[in-house]
Amino acid sequence: MKEKRYIVYALFVVFLLTAPLYLNRYWLEVLNSVGLYAILGLSLNIIVGYGGMFHMGHAAFYAIGAYTTAIISTSYGVPVLWLMPLSGLTAGVFALVVARPIIHLRGDYLLIVTIGLVEIVRIALINNVFGITGGANGIFGIPRPTLFGYKIFKSHQFLYLIWGCVAVTVFFFYRLENSRFGRALVYLKEDEIAAEGSGVHTARYKLAAFVLGAFWAGMVGTLFAAKMTIISPESFSFWESVLYFMIVILGGSGNIAGVILGAFLVIGLPEFFRGLENYRLLMFGAAMIFMMIFRTQGILPPRQKVFDVSRFRKGGEPI
Amino acid sequence: MILKLSNLTKRFGGLTAVDRVSFDVEEQTVMGLIGPNGAGKTTIFNLITGNYKPDEGEIVFQGQSIGGVWTNKIVMLGIARTFQTIRLFQNLSALENVLAGCHCRMKSGPIGAMLKTPGQKQEELWALEHAMKQLQFVGLADRAELLSGNLSYGNQRLLEIARALATNPRLLILDEPAGGMNEQETEALIELIFKMRDSGLTVLLIEHDMGLVMKACNRLVVVEYGKKIAEGTPEEIQADSRVIEAYLGIDEEE
Ligand SMILES: Nc1ncnc2c1ncn2[C@@H]1O[C@H](COP(=O)(O)OP(=O)(O)OP(=O)(O)O)[C@@H](O)[C@H]1O
Ligand SMILES: [Mg+2]
Repeated sequence: MKEKRYIVYALFVVFLLTAPLYLNRYWLEVLNSVGLYAILGLSLNIIVGYGGMFHMGHAAFYAIGAYTTAIISTSYGVPVLWLMPLSGLTAGVFALVVARPIIHLRGDYLLIVTIGLVEIVRIALINNVFGITGGANGIFGIPRPTLFGYKIFKSHQFLYLIWGCVAVTVFFFYRLENSRFGRALVYLKEDEIAAEGSGVHTARYKLAAFVLGAFWAGMVGTLFAAKMTIISPESFSFWESVLYFMIVILGGSGNIAGVILGAFLVIGLPEFFRGLENYRLLMFGAAMIFMMIFRTQGILPPRQKVFDVSRFRKGGEPI
Repeated sequence: MILKLSNLTKRFGGLTAVDRVSFDVEEQTVMGLIGPNGAGKTTIFNLITGNYKPDEGEIVFQGQSIGGVWTNKIVMLGIARTFQTIRLFQNLSALENVLAGCHCRMKSGPIGAMLKTPGQKQEELWALEHAMKQLQFVGLADRAELLSGNLSYGNQRLLEIARALATNPRLLILDEPAGGMNEQETEALIELIFKMRDSGLTVLLIEHDMGLVMKACNRLVVVEYGKKIAEGTPEEIQADSRVIEAYLGIDEEE
């Protein structure tokens, strides 16, 4: 059972590594897009999947990261990829400020406020706040990234860069999931009063989840800006946030593999049905209704954590 | 004296759920809080554990005033609780439930976890061992990997105790721990309570099972309509005419 899962993972990695050999540019770009959404989904998963907070404004943090990168790289000529930590930080600090007053809100209320958040950010960008966001046209001329002296501009190069970032994200978030921090988020999702009563500072952990999720989304913003070389407010609409949310909920909220699958389903799958473009929303709607009825936890729900406790069982005197 | 309540008052709108209640809990004793349904017992617990803020009065724990302090801080200070309506993390294993109790005795944050620092790794191992000890203590070690929601009612109560114990409390607060338990389970619970007291813990409990209360408690406080109406040893309480009228009498009729 366990082995079967690892075989699937291994095949998936092989597929990604060899994709440039048999996929054309169009499909490589689809994979790139899926990769970006996968990281965004994983960063939102910390908030929605583990922490159980209904956050539909994630595009706001993504936008702030992307704009930070765009503004600084175009005005000061800083190599784009260096701007990743800074873009993450800007988004994280922004999350800290805006999330603090709203995290105590419950489910549906939080949802509405976060929808407001993403709209406020988008409108601020259109209105050229501080005179640096370029208004509705956005910012263009963002330099291509370079990695180890190589300029990255071809689809397959981006494939490795983006999916490399997915791998790093999975590596770190898997550890996070299986740690005191990750568990604390799950506890507060399961039962906030019981979590608090067990000694978890629930307010702090909710905020930390927002900041960490935003930090990561901000870093993806750098990748996006560097890949597109031009960004505008329309890339960070409410609809974007809905897509991330769907990726997490559909794939399996709280499960890393589930979220990546979700990114393929929500972003990749519609590419096979280009002709049915107009039915896309209808399909999503139907899929979501289906899920809500038959598989409320998503296609790949989180599996139970396994701990090696056998050695504490025998001989050990109680307390 | 480990806990001192003085003139504790809590109102919900027009209803005074707790009305100037004062009592002390001595270290390493088992104190029982009894009274009819709706008397305000759980509300007193919620005040002690910081779920509610008192309108008046003071709660002093180990010489420190804790009225209105955040719940997680109070747990840190050494007060742990169980809930009247079981509040386990139903979708998590018994072990993960107890790991929740270990949380407040650990330090590592998200960055430590992502980098898997030696300190973090060691802490996780400690938590695992600590949690298993608590499960062993309440007799659930062999059920560590079961989903808590699938445990029997009695075992769920024990699991809540294990989770509370994992916080390394000085004072343990149990809200109707025998609720839903059969006779043998209740007997075992009494033994467990003695075992906890003998290991240095102070226990404050609410219970409607008079057999358990009379056997397990060193002292009792009786509340009715939010007011304390009597306090004393189980023998004294059994002989108190006000208590018989307010509480024990009703019990006999049922
Ligand atoms: N959050 C609340 N808001 C309003 N009223 C409340 C609240 N909590 C408790 N009460 C009321 O306060 C009174 C005392 O309730 P409490 O739960 O403390 O009783 P109890 O002694 O624990 O009863 P039981 O034995 O049934 O558990 C009840 O009348 C209850 O309805
Ligand atoms: Mg009660």
